[in-house]
Amino acid sequence: MTLTLDAPRIVTTHPLLQVHHVSKSYGSVNALRDVSAIAYPGEVLGIVGESGSGKSTLLRMMNLEETPDTGSYTLDLPDVEGNLFDLDRFARRMLCATRIGIVYQNPHLGLLMKHSSSGNVAERLLVAGERSFATLRAKATAALEASEFPLDRLDAPPIELSGGMQQRVQLAKAIALEPALLLLDEPTTGLDVSVQALVLDTLKRLQQERRITMVIVSHDLGVIKTLADRVMVMKGGEVVEAGLADQIFQDPQHAYTQQLVHAKL
Amino acid sequence: MTLHALTKPWEPMSYGFLDASAKREIRRKMIKAIAVPGCQMPYASHEVPMARGWGTGGLQVSLTLVNPSMRVKVIDQGADDSVNAASIRRFIARVAGTPTTMDTLDADLIQSRHRIPEEVLREDQVLVLQVPNPEPLRPVQPNMSIARQMHADADYGRMWLQLYEQIVRSGRVMQGASYPSLVHGRHVMTPSPIPRWDVPKLHMAKHLTILSAGREKRIFAVPPFTRVEPLVFSDVPYKVEDHADLTCHRSGTRGFFMNEIPQDDGTSVFEVSDSAWGVKAIRRRDGEEVALGETWYKNGKMPS
Repeated sequence: MTLTLDAPRIVTTHPLLQVHHVSKSYGSVNALRDVSAIAYPGEVLGIVGESGSGKSTLLRMMNLEETPDTGSYTLDLPDVEGNLFDLDRFARRMLCATRIGIVYQNPHLGLLMKHSSSGNVAERLLVAGERSFATLRAKATAALEASEFPLDRLDAPPIELSGGMQQRVQLAKAIALEPALLLLDEPTTGLDVSVQALVLDTLKRLQQERRITMVIVSHDLGVIKTLADRVMVMKGGEVVEAGLADQIFQDPQHAYTQQLVHAKL
Repeated sequence: MTLHALTKPWEPMSYGFLDASAKREIRRKMIKAIAVPGCQMPYASHEVPMARGWGTGGLQVSLTLVNPSMRVKVIDQGADDSVNAASIRRFIARVAGTPTTMDTLDADLIQSRHRIPEEVLREDQVLVLQVPNPEPLRPVQPNMSIARQMHADADYGRMWLQLYEQIVRSGRVMQGASYPSLVHGRHVMTPSPIPRWDVPKLHMAKHLTILSAGREKRIFAVPPFTRVEPLVFSDVPYKVEDHADLTCHRSGTRGFFMNEIPQDDGTSVFEVSDSAWGVKAIRRRDGEEVALGETWYKNGKMPS
């Protein structure tokens, strides 16, 4: 009997998301300078940094909401090819709707506040071309259930819901089409600590169950530490340090990272 | 040769009230609208001696299309004899010298508010509909610049979401009039406030329909033999009003769109909404030789 050893996963898989040498300036302000990021399938990439460090801009680019001055962005998916920044607006919209999910810090950006919660989730499916009411209803309910949203509030408009619930609706909307990539922009900022812990729990469970690749942006090291496998530290539009989460937290190299880790502890 | 011989004699107004350049502009916009079915074309809505919102859009299209041999019919909510319809009809006849009619079969040009006649329109007839709100996306996207982008992208997810919400809230689609419809598989239009009953009449119709909104300054069109499909979920069928079994208390016709007339004792009777059709049916019953055209609905059902 011969014993075969599998090669380590990291060697056999290609990165799902690759952002290379992205730069962006708004007038004289350099929001991003030569930033690169990579995320492997099923991995959680955490981006941490202070306000104005360019982390949110980078996330908006990953959601194709903004185009950089230079740089490229590829997703390793079956029928997605080439630099995604070169896609026309129609292709962009379809790609964002079907392959990428996003949860914003401010629920007003991601949700229609006066429509029902299930309707908000159903909109994603409608954009993707689902035209059966029963299927829409079932899929929307399933997505809300997966994000641990109380089903008796299914048709309540988000404006009547608490902050934590609104984030759950956003999350349900983001995962409704089972995207390959889930982007989280400060998903728990502004929630109180206990609700924050519950939302993080949900995220962690979803990540384990579905192996979704996630990119999470936060200024809160605790959030990053709970979820992320790998961490990128950004400051002033540049990546100052990147590595495995443990490495960054246990042995920070860059002065800013050291400051950040010490401030937390 | 004198200058007098080269110029036209003085007239108090140009033919058909609108001046030549205004009519040319509307003609061009109509051609554009026909070229891209269901797409709203902006136009310079001109002054007519009528308040905005009373059918100025439809009137401008009618005034542009008329010639002295065109027979004009004007309908207001199905009736030819309401004040608004009578005034518009008289105005067109006065400024364009056109003969008028109330019979759908005789008409060449039909301007209508809120109804499509019950008799099938022919290839040589033009239907002009007055539209108050041409933008189907307005309820879901108040920003008109973004709404135009959504039309360009064929991004109608929110239109569908609106229907989803209605079914969730009320158990059925509540949209009564101006039911959003997909024209030629591309643009969603609001077919003016015609009832749901009338929307299937536009699908693959032989006649040309021009829809014009005077206040909002938009023209759009449904050319002959064009698909007009109301937005419906695959498992929630499109329903027209429940008028198939109602009988008109005056003409005795059955299976057409009815007006409900409440009575003193709390009950109500019904009267056929297309008044010209009702009148013809009564005259036929009284023994007159009246030609009744083929109707869209047969025994209260639209043949598919």
